Amino acid sequence: MTSANSWYEAGARQRVAAMLDPGSFAEFIGPEQREISPHLAIFDLPEQFDDGIIVGHGTLEGRRILVAAQEGRFMGGAFGEVHGAKLTGLLRAARSLGEPVLILFDTGGVRLQEANAGELAIAEIMRALVEARMAGVQVLGLIGGRAGCYGGGSLIAGCCSALIVSEQGRISVSGPEVIETNKGVEEFDSRDRALVWRTMGGKHRYLIGGADAFADDDVLAFREAALIVLAGNGRLDADVLEAEQQRLEHRLHRFGEAHDAIDIWTDIGVSEPTEIPGLATDEFLRRITDKREKANGAR
Amino acid sequence: MEKLSFTMKPSTPATGTRARAIVGVVASGNLEVLLERNLPANICIIDIATAAPGFAAVWEAVIEDFVTRRPAGGLHISINDGGARPDMVSLRLAQGVRLIEELEA
Amino acid sequence: MRNWSTQKEALALRRYAGQRYACGKIVALDDLPRFLEAVLRPGDRVCLEGDNQKQADILAKALANLDPGKIHDLHMVQSGVVLPEHLDVFEKGVAKRLDFSYSGPQSTRIARMLFGSKIELGAVHTYLELFARYFIDLTPQVALIAAVSADRDGNLYTGPNTEDTPTVVEATSFKSGLVVAQVAEIVDKVPRVDIPGDLVHFVVDAKKPFYVEPLFTRDPGAITETQILTAMLAIKGLYAPYGVRRLNHGIGFNTAAIELLLPTYGEKLGLKGKICTHFALNPHPTLIPAIEAGWVEQVHSFGSEVGMDDYLSARSDIFFTGPDGSLRSNRAYCQVAGLYACDMFIGSTLQIDLQGHSSTVTTNRIAGFGGAPNMGSDSRGRRHPSEPWLKAGADADPDTAEGLRRGRKLVVQIGETFGEKNVPLFVEQLDALELADKLDLDLAPVMIYGDDVSHIITEDGIANLLLCRDNDEREQAIRGVAGYTDVGRARDRKMVERLRARGVIRRPEDLGIDPLDADRRMLAARSIKDLMLASGGLYQPPSQFRNW
Repeated sequence: MTSANSWYEAGARQRVAAMLDPGSFAEFIGPEQREISPHLAIFDLPEQFDDGIIVGHGTLEGRRILVAAQEGRFMGGAFGEVHGAKLTGLLRAARSLGEPVLILFDTGGVRLQEANAGELAIAEIMRALVEARMAGVQVLGLIGGRAGCYGGGSLIAGCCSALIVSEQGRISVSGPEVIETNKGVEEFDSRDRALVWRTMGGKHRYLIGGADAFADDDVLAFREAALIVLAGNGRLDADVLEAEQQRLEHRLHRFGEAHDAIDIWTDIGVSEPTEIPGLATDEFLRRITDKREKANGAR
Repeated sequence: MEKLSFTMKPSTPATGTRARAIVGVVASGNLEVLLERNLPANICIIDIATAAPGFAAVWEAVIEDFVTRRPAGGLHISINDGGARPDMVSLRLAQGVRLIEELEA
Repeated sequence: MRNWSTQKEALALRRYAGQRYACGKIVALDDLPRFLEAVLRPGDRVCLEGDNQKQADILAKALANLDPGKIHDLHMVQSGVVLPEHLDVFEKGVAKRLDFSYSGPQSTRIARMLFGSKIELGAVHTYLELFARYFIDLTPQVALIAAVSADRDGNLYTGPNTEDTPTVVEATSFKSGLVVAQVAEIVDKVPRVDIPGDLVHFVVDAKKPFYVEPLFTRDPGAITETQILTAMLAIKGLYAPYGVRRLNHGIGFNTAAIELLLPTYGEKLGLKGKICTHFALNPHPTLIPAIEAGWVEQVHSFGSEVGMDDYLSARSDIFFTGPDGSLRSNRAYCQVAGLYACDMFIGSTLQIDLQGHSSTVTTNRIAGFGGAPNMGSDSRGRRHPSEPWLKAGADADPDTAEGLRRGRKLVVQIGETFGEKNVPLFVEQLDALELADKLDLDLAPVMIYGDDVSHIITEDGIANLLLCRDNDEREQAIRGVAGYTDVGRARDRKMVERLRARGVIRRPEDLGIDPLDADRRMLAARSIKDLMLASGGLYQPPSQFRNW
C-alpha cells in the first residue's frame, strides 16, 4: 500500500520537510524573493516563484546538511537558467562549507525554452559537483518522483557520490519517447510501461549498480537510506574513477548482447526474474541478496 | 498570460503569526498560492497571473466567496495559475489560509 | 401455396457457399475474405459483435476489406462502433445503414461521417433496447461474433468476456441466420460450453485472442481531491441516509473514488454491511479493496476487465463463475439487473441542462449511450419494494398514500462543476439539441432524461431533485450546485438559500464535511500497484497502467 508519506506523491516542499529534522529547514532565495525565470514570459508561459527548485540547509539527525529539491510537476522539473544557478550556488557553498548535499531529483532534463542557458547550467552544476566532491564533500542523489531523472539531470546524477532510488524512480539519459522517436517503436515501445520500468526503473538500476541504495516509496525510507549512505565515504580520486571505468567495461562486456532487462536479471542469477517487477520491497531485496552488480564504492 | 488584481475587504483578519506560506504548484490544472502577511488587517490583495485568459468574472466570484468564508485580512496573496479550475483555486486558497494559521514549525 | 421456409433455405445456401472454404466448420484465416464474400449478400442485416469492451476484430478487418462491388449496402446492427474498421465499412461502401448503441473512441469520426451523409443512421440505442430490437425488427441475417476457443463441433467458450454473444447468437441462429465466430484457438474440448455448437455454423481460427479494451480501469493515482470530496458527499449525504445496498456505478473517477473510500471513510462512518453490498457492475479494479475488506457480497457483470480474470476466479463467492472457474458475464442480463434490481445508478456525464437532462454528446462528438440509460432510469415495471426505493418515492410524492405510491430509483449524476479543459458541466442548453437539429433527428440524443434524475452531486453540494415541487425550484436547485459556471453564477441566491434550508440543497458544511479533509491519503489504494498488492497479486494490470 502506498505510504502516507509517499515520495512519489509528495511535492518538493513536502519531501524536504519530511526528509530533514522537523523544523530545521531554512530556504535560500525563497519564493517570496520571486527569483523567477527570465525566459518563460517571452513564451507566454506561467512562472513559478521558486523556478521549480528549492535550495537551503537543515539538519539530518542533528548533522548540518545542504539540500536541493526539484518540483517535478512544474515544467517536468526541467532545468532552466535560474533553476540551475540555484543548484550551482548550493554546490559551491557545499564546497566552501564542507557540508554534504542531498539532491532530490525530479526532472525530465533541460527546459526546451531555455535550452542554451539550461545546457550551460548542467555543465556548471557538474563542475561544481565534481569540485565539491574533490574537496571531500558527499553529494547524494535521491530519485523516486514522477518525472524521474532524465537528460541533463541523469548526467548530474551520474556525478553524485551515491544514488538512492525507489521502484517508481527512473534514471536514463534519453527518455522512452526520445528512444522510440529516434530508433522506432520496434526498438522501444514507450507506451509499454512495464518495459519502460524494467529498463529505466529503480529496481533495474539498483540491480545493475546504477543506483547504490533501494528505498521504499516513502520519505522516511529515503531519509533512513540517506543516513546509511552518508555514514560511508564519498571519495573521488583517480583510483575511484579507474575502478568505475573497469566496472562499466565489465558490465558492457557481460550484458552488451542482452535484449531485455530480464535477460540480465537471469544472467546474474536472480530466481524467477519475471516476478521481479511485481515484488514488494522486502521480497525484492531478499530475492536479490548477493546478486546485484555493486558499484563497489566506485562512484 | 493574463494578469488580474483584486483588492478586497475581508470580514475577518487572518489568524496565526506566520509571515508567509506557499501551497500548490504551477502545473496544468494546478496553481501556486503565495500568502504574505504584510497588509493592514482589513485588506486583502490578490494578484493573479493566469495561463487561461478570459475568466476574470469567475476569479472575482471565487475570490468574493473566499474572503467571505475564510479569514484573509492582512494577506497579500500572489497566484501563479496553470489553468486550474475554480474548485482547485478555492481549495488552494483555503489550504493557504490554513497553513499561514499554523505555528511556525 | 406459400413457401414458409424461405429463411431456412437461404441459410442452407449460405452454408453451402461457405463450405467451399471450410474444413468441417473451421475456416482458415487465409480463406476468410473469400469465405465472407461467399456467405454474405448485398443488403444483408449484419451484426458485427463488439461493444465497449470485447471486439470481433479479425472479422471486422476482413469485412472492411471486402470488395464493395460484390458486397455492399449492408445494414449494420451492432452494440459498439469502436474500431476504425467499424466505420471503414461505410467509408468503402460495403455498408450503408447503421443501428448502434455506443461509439466511444470513434465518436468524432462517426459524427463527421453522419454530417457527410456517409452513414444512413437508424437510431442510437441503449444496449438493452438494441438487443430487444434484435428479436423484433432488427434480427440479423448474419452474426460475426468472437469467442476464446471452439471445438470442431463449433461449441464455443467465450470466457470471462462473454458479454453480448449469447444474445446475438440467440437472435440470429434461432431465426435462421448464419453465425460465424472468430476464435483464438481450436481445441479438442472447450473449458465450458457458453454457446452450443449447433447454433454456430462456422468458426474462423484467428490464432490470436479477440481485442478487449480495459475501459473500466481507473488509475487511483489520477483521482483528485475534488473527486474525493464529491465521493465523501455521496457516501455521507446519499448512500448512508437512503441505505443503498444494490447499485450500479459508472466508470468515472468520482465513482472510483467512492469505491476506494468504502474501506476507509465508509468504515469510519460505520456503514459496512449497510451500503454497497450488491452490484451490477463490471469488475472494476478499484473495487478490490472494498471486496477484500468484506464490504461486497455479490457482483454481476456485463463483461470482464483486462487483468482481473485470475482475481475473479479466486473470488467465486462474489462473482458469477462457471464450472471451469472463470467469470461468466452477460451484458443483457446485467443490464436487466441494473434496470430492475438496483436501487441506485450513479455516474458522470459531460453536460447537464437546467431541467437536469444530461448528455455525453457534444456538437462534434457522438459517443452513443451504451448501458447508462438502462441503469439510469426509473423502471416503471418494478414492483418489489426496498428501503431506498420507497424512501425516494416518498421524497418525490409525499401526498400519495403509501400503498399506492410508486417507489423511485435513485438516479444520480456526479461530477465536478468544470470538466477537462475548464469546460463547464452545466449548460443552458444541451449541445445534443443542436446536433439533432443539424442531423434532422426526431430525438435529441439525451443520455438521461431530467425526470429520471433524482440527485446531482458536485463539489458544491448535493441537489435532491425529488424534493423540488416545480420547474423553478428544480432549475434553482441545479444552479445551486453548479458552482462558478455561468449557470451557477446566475442562480437566484435567495431561492437557493431557501432550498438549502429545506434540505433540497446540502452543502459540504451541512453534512459536516470540511473540503480540506478531502485528501488522497483517504483512498484505500492510491496507485494501480496498490490494487495489485491488495488483490494478493491476483490482479495483473495491463502494461499501460503500470509504473513498476
